[in-house]
Amino acid sequence: MRIGLFVTCLTDTLFPDTGKAVVTLLERLGHQVEFPVAQSCCGQMHFNTGYRAEAAPMVRGFAAAFDGYEAIVTPSASCAAMVREYHPVLAEGDPALARNVAALTPRVHDLATFLTGVLGVTDVGAYFPHRVTYHPTCHSLRMMHVGDAPLRLLRAVRGLDLVDLPDAETCCGFGGTFAVKNPDVSAAMCADKVAAIRQSRAEVVCAGDNSCLMHIGGALSRMRTGVRPMHLAEILASGDAE
Amino acid sequence: MTGSMPTYLGMPAFPDAAKRAVANSQLRRNLTHATTAIRTKRARAVAELDDWEQLRQAAKAIKDHTLANLGTYLLRLEENVTKAGGHVHWARDAAEANAIVANLVRQAGADKAVKVKSMATQETGLNEALEAQGTAVIETDLAELIVQLGDDLPSHILVPAIHRNRAEIGELFRRTMDDAPAGLTDDPPQLAAAARAHLRHEFLTAAVGISGANFAIAGTGSLVVVESEGNGRMCLTLPRTLISVVGIEKVLPSWQDLEVFLALLPRSSTAERMNPYTTIWSGVTPGDGPRDFHLVLLDNGRTDTLADRTGRQALRCIRCSACLNVCPVYERAGGHAYGSPYPGPIGAILSPQLRGVDSPIDASLPFASSLCGACYEVCPVAINIPEVLVEQRARVVESQKHYSERIVFGASGYVLRSPRRLAAAQRVASLGRFVAGRSGRIRRLPPPLSAWTDTRDAPAPPPESFRAWWARTKGDRQPSGARERIRDSLRKDSR
Repeated sequence: MRIGLFVTCLTDTLFPDTGKAVVTLLERLGHQVEFPVAQSCCGQMHFNTGYRAEAAPMVRGFAAAFDGYEAIVTPSASCAAMVREYHPVLAEGDPALARNVAALTPRVHDLATFLTGVLGVTDVGAYFPHRVTYHPTCHSLRMMHVGDAPLRLLRAVRGLDLVDLPDAETCCGFGGTFAVKNPDVSAAMCADKVAAIRQSRAEVVCAGDNSCLMHIGGALSRMRTGVRPMHLAEILASGDAE
Repeated sequence: MTGSMPTYLGMPAFPDAAKRAVANSQLRRNLTHATTAIRTKRARAVAELDDWEQLRQAAKAIKDHTLANLGTYLLRLEENVTKAGGHVHWARDAAEANAIVANLVRQAGADKAVKVKSMATQETGLNEALEAQGTAVIETDLAELIVQLGDDLPSHILVPAIHRNRAEIGELFRRTMDDAPAGLTDDPPQLAAAARAHLRHEFLTAAVGISGANFAIAGTGSLVVVESEGNGRMCLTLPRTLISVVGIEKVLPSWQDLEVFLALLPRSSTAERMNPYTTIWSGVTPGDGPRDFHLVLLDNGRTDTLADRTGRQALRCIRCSACLNVCPVYERAGGHAYGSPYPGPIGAILSPQLRGVDSPIDASLPFASSLCGACYEVCPVAINIPEVLVEQRARVVESQKHYSERIVFGASGYVLRSPRRLAAAQRVASLGRFVAGRSGRIRRLPPPLSAWTDTRDAPAPPPESFRAWWARTKGDRQPSGARERIRDSLRKDSR
């Protein structure tokens, strides 16, 4: 299977370790991964903030960069959802592009459901001896419908102590530009999420999206909680090096 | 035509109003307590039905069909209400509706009117209009009465006094209710009994009752009011004259269609299998109930909304409040911040849809959401609220002149659509790690990003981006010819 990694602009720029972890993980499972260097951004921030004209060229860029891949895997359920749900909307009015987008979007997967659904694995051979809680991000849950795939993957990690997160399915308050346009409500939501994480007594909070983790992690660090945010890919790529 | 909601003119933008609410610890406690309780109960009530999703899809289909043929069904409704002895009036906007009702109240020779809880009349500001001509208006729903006695505004569609707790209500009753029993405590049954005694006299002496309706059945000209307290039944049956102000989107073709909605509405709103009182009437019946019945059909921006391909789904709304009770933004900002009788996620799309996006509050409402999608998930008529919000954001951006934001988004779009420019920007950004120092966290950024770093650290960019790492370690893995193919297809866009 020809797998293209859609790393996303945020992970590319700020969290390269997550991208490296996806490569390590998929290679360990016997797959070769390509990184089409022509990729840039899915356009979600612009689209969700109302700048549709600015987002439209990114749809064309995405379709060109990933043309020909059987599977397009991304460590962001939110960006995967943007491509699946809204690239067809932005491609309206350009029949050729709309056709390309329609052919491409079903092949776009977030990492968790790609592993459990497409590759059919839950035990990826990882070892991570820490107490971890999992925050199901809104778009993974309600747009990509990942269900319990990430939890099944985490439960199969050796040494990992998975603890429940109270009110897990409540939004952390990131919401892209929402965090800046409505900073008071966003921070109030984040404060409640941090309180729930502390209540779980986890050392690590895990999620399938670096955007939400950047938000939660920003508050965890500001409050000196000592709880570490970590992308699912990085936990799944951990092995017993010792 | 565009609608108006006169009571709410001049509201501040959402973030400013929400800032005050977020800082009010009593309000936060009241809202968290109430919404947590009701959303837990709702989830349980919905889980009892194994065909919930089918019911939801059926409701969506019925509403879409009705809205697509709205003219036909409204005329049929008018015909059948008239045939049953009622009178039908058509109101283009809030002012017309209020004028029609005010005139009818005068004709009835009434100096007061008792009201059933009604969103349509909240929307038109009917109480204020009637009070202006000297008609006393008495809200008879317990929570609406609390709002009215406190000279307050509603903050929830179903539970308009959700922002008040029992201690605040006890204090309010003792202060404002002339006939409050001596020694009235904050005990809820005592408070309810005091309101009941207070209202009984009003029910028996009012010559006019005013209501909205949850549904209107075109096929028989019947109106339906769904309620919990029985005050509605009193208002709908005791006064000589009954006036119902109903949004044109409330019409349903037949009783078979009503069945679906009566399964969805109580579970979604009060988490009950069935609500205690459902009153259905068709015109007038000699010797029983009101002698004179008037139906005022209200547009107030609805036909404009109907013409909007994405936004028209907001007209499916049955005002259940499920979206408010699950919304993390509503729970923290409270209902008043939405500057409309329609707060929460549905209000964030409905108010700009009905009123346009010209005022500061309406231009800010589409952005009052983290797009978490919890509202869409629980909506019994499957309104894709995030989809409408995002569409309205584009409308706001098009209609406003946010020069600085436009420049930022234009420039970032220019960078983000090109892998070459993105890589260059990443090399510059990686210098940011020197700002962060050894902590690896940035604690302060200039505006507008200070809105982030006021409460949250920002990550320092790493020395090497993912794409730089890839090029350095695995660059040979790039498929041959891909670069050229991409350049060709991107050329179409390059400006």
